[in-house]
Amino acid sequence: MSLEILGISVLWIFLFGYIIIGSIDFGAGFFSTYTEWSGKKHLIHPIIQRYLSPVWEVTNVFLVFFFVGIIGFFPETAYYYGTALLVPGSISIMLLAIRGAYYAFNTYGGKENKWFTFLYGVTGVLIPASFTIVLTISEGGFISLADGSVSLLYEELFTSAYSWSVVLLAIVSVLFISASFLTWYADQANDHKATQLLRKYTLAWSFPTILSALAVMWYLRQHNATHFSNMLDLSWIFILSVVAFGAAVWLFYHRKRYGFAFIAVVLQYFFAFFGYGISHFPYLLYPHLQIFDGFTNTTMAIFLVVAFVMGLVLLIPSLYLLVKLFLFNKPYVQGQR
Amino acid sequence: MFEQNAAMWSRYLTELTLGFHIIFATIGVGVPLMIALAQWIGIKRNDPHYLLLARRWTRGFVITVAVGVVTGTAIGLQLSLLWPNFMEVAGQVIALPLFMETFAFFFEAIFLGIYIYTWDRFKNRMRHFLILIPVTIGATMSAFFITTVNSFMNAPQGFEMVDGMITNIQPIAAMFNPATPTKVAHVLSSAYMTSAFILASIAAVQLWKGKDHVYHKKALHITLGVAMVFSIATAIIGDFSGKYLADYQPEKLAAAEWHFETEGEAPLILFGTLDENNNVHNELRLPYALSILAYSTPGAEVTGLDQFPKEEQPPLYIHYLFDLMVTIGVLLTILAITYFLIKKWKPAGCFENGSCFLSFCRDRSRCLPLKSAGYSLKWDGSRGSCVVI
Repeated sequence: MSLEILGISVLWIFLFGYIIIGSIDFGAGFFSTYTEWSGKKHLIHPIIQRYLSPVWEVTNVFLVFFFVGIIGFFPETAYYYGTALLVPGSISIMLLAIRGAYYAFNTYGGKENKWFTFLYGVTGVLIPASFTIVLTISEGGFISLADGSVSLLYEELFTSAYSWSVVLLAIVSVLFISASFLTWYADQANDHKATQLLRKYTLAWSFPTILSALAVMWYLRQHNATHFSNMLDLSWIFILSVVAFGAAVWLFYHRKRYGFAFIAVVLQYFFAFFGYGISHFPYLLYPHLQIFDGFTNTTMAIFLVVAFVMGLVLLIPSLYLLVKLFLFNKPYVQGQR
Repeated sequence: MFEQNAAMWSRYLTELTLGFHIIFATIGVGVPLMIALAQWIGIKRNDPHYLLLARRWTRGFVITVAVGVVTGTAIGLQLSLLWPNFMEVAGQVIALPLFMETFAFFFEAIFLGIYIYTWDRFKNRMRHFLILIPVTIGATMSAFFITTVNSFMNAPQGFEMVDGMITNIQPIAAMFNPATPTKVAHVLSSAYMTSAFILASIAAVQLWKGKDHVYHKKALHITLGVAMVFSIATAIIGDFSGKYLADYQPEKLAAAEWHFETEGEAPLILFGTLDENNNVHNELRLPYALSILAYSTPGAEVTGLDQFPKEEQPPLYIHYLFDLMVTIGVLLTILAITYFLIKKWKPAGCFENGSCFLSFCRDRSRCLPLKSAGYSLKWDGSRGSCVVI
């Protein structure tokens, strides 16, 4: 395996990790606010707090890890994406700041403020929506390279059906992933009312994910035919994704094995996300930047890989400890500790 | 023209984010050490006051960490958003410590999450204390890694420029550049010092308000102990930093000290104001002091700003920031030493009725804003000139 492929695989795995645990976090925020407005907050708020409180910083690090890593392995992405994303990226930073402020002052500071909670819930939807711009512009056609300077074509971006279909997919996916995880977590906690409510949310958001994924495919065919036909060549991965989705919905519907059901949801996204990533290969940015020209020098790449392996040796046991204490520890999950 | 403006705006935005982040980053690096110290003493002496202290500090600390995480994410993204060309080039050489910093922070974040939510979960209190060690190490290491990046910006090495292309890259040499030892040491010791003073000021405010409980006195005592050690250390390291600057970045030293002409037996200018012709007024001149500061001998020749073209000179206002930082640092050191001198000699009637102790605390309570300001100033000053390279 070449260093380029190793590098992008590592980053893609971490991005996938962020998508899952980030979705849980963002969706939880949205449900927290939504139930406050629909008067059911008391049902699920404790569950959400118990899960989110110890882990949200870790969630954030996955994001930092991805963007620091991609600039380390592929410094040219900084030039293209950094320049193009100045405005949207800054908006994302502000949204993240609002979210962080909520954690700092509402959760740890112990002061509940209805408007703050509302903003927090809204960022749960807006942040993933704003992040999708990165994937959208990677398909090409949204960046101009006129006289050597990179700029984002806002009109094309905002009038593109493709770009909006990705936003839609991101939002429904966040809600689906989050609801399915929280159903399992609430079930672990023996909190039947919360489990039933969250199960309902899971089922409600299940089919929209498939519909919006189909919409994305449809508009991608018009927007970037090469990528679309690469995807068709990999159709077995996407079929696996749909199979996993079917298993998840079946389990949730029949109220069985919520743990497996959530794993099936993760697999659904795993297949889809890697199918998307592999078919995107070798482009980091259609049609300007390929993985092989944007790569850093070999010396740095080797050092980064070594640092990464050493880092994993530290991280995996630590993450295991975290998960053991807060996810698979019955007394904690049930709120007895 | 527009390019120039864009660069200026990028600098302002970076300065704003960093100026905000550095306060929380400093607390994030220093406070875990203080919590660990309090908890350690509490367990060893079986003293509930220290355990309570550790617990309360943790509660407050979590809030500052949350702000630090967000501002840190922001500055991380802004590096690429505002300085894409720099990151594209420098990323080839200095990506390693940036990457490792995320690991260090990852490590810290995981164990901090565990630490906060397991106060009463372990029967053996020592086990809970052990969880704090990775937090402290992670915080310190992430400061170390990120400071090597800043050091690289000041003294780039570990690569060769051939026809505008970077070749012969040595990431380790880039990390351990000449600026690294003094910068890392200064950042760490001043972070420990700042955190200790901030926590000391919390205890001081309580005592000042008349809460005469021994809990606050214990808090004041250990925080000022740490503060004294690290404020002296910071001063010594600061001196080494001056010598480093004289050797490697004389323009930076010259701008901070308003040293315009290269000369031997150079005096040190303290405070003062500058008119439009760059004449210094109202200053305090210490003969030979700059030569001693830079090269340890009174006769040494110190390079002045006249050796550098105008466009490569750092902005001269950094002298105000620099002097303010040094002044605050010196005052804080004196304050911490005074506390221990009073404690040791106990001037007549001092501790019995608490009168001079409290009047002492009245001064101490002013430290919090002062110290934070001192740290920001230092950072702004170094940024102002590091763009010059």
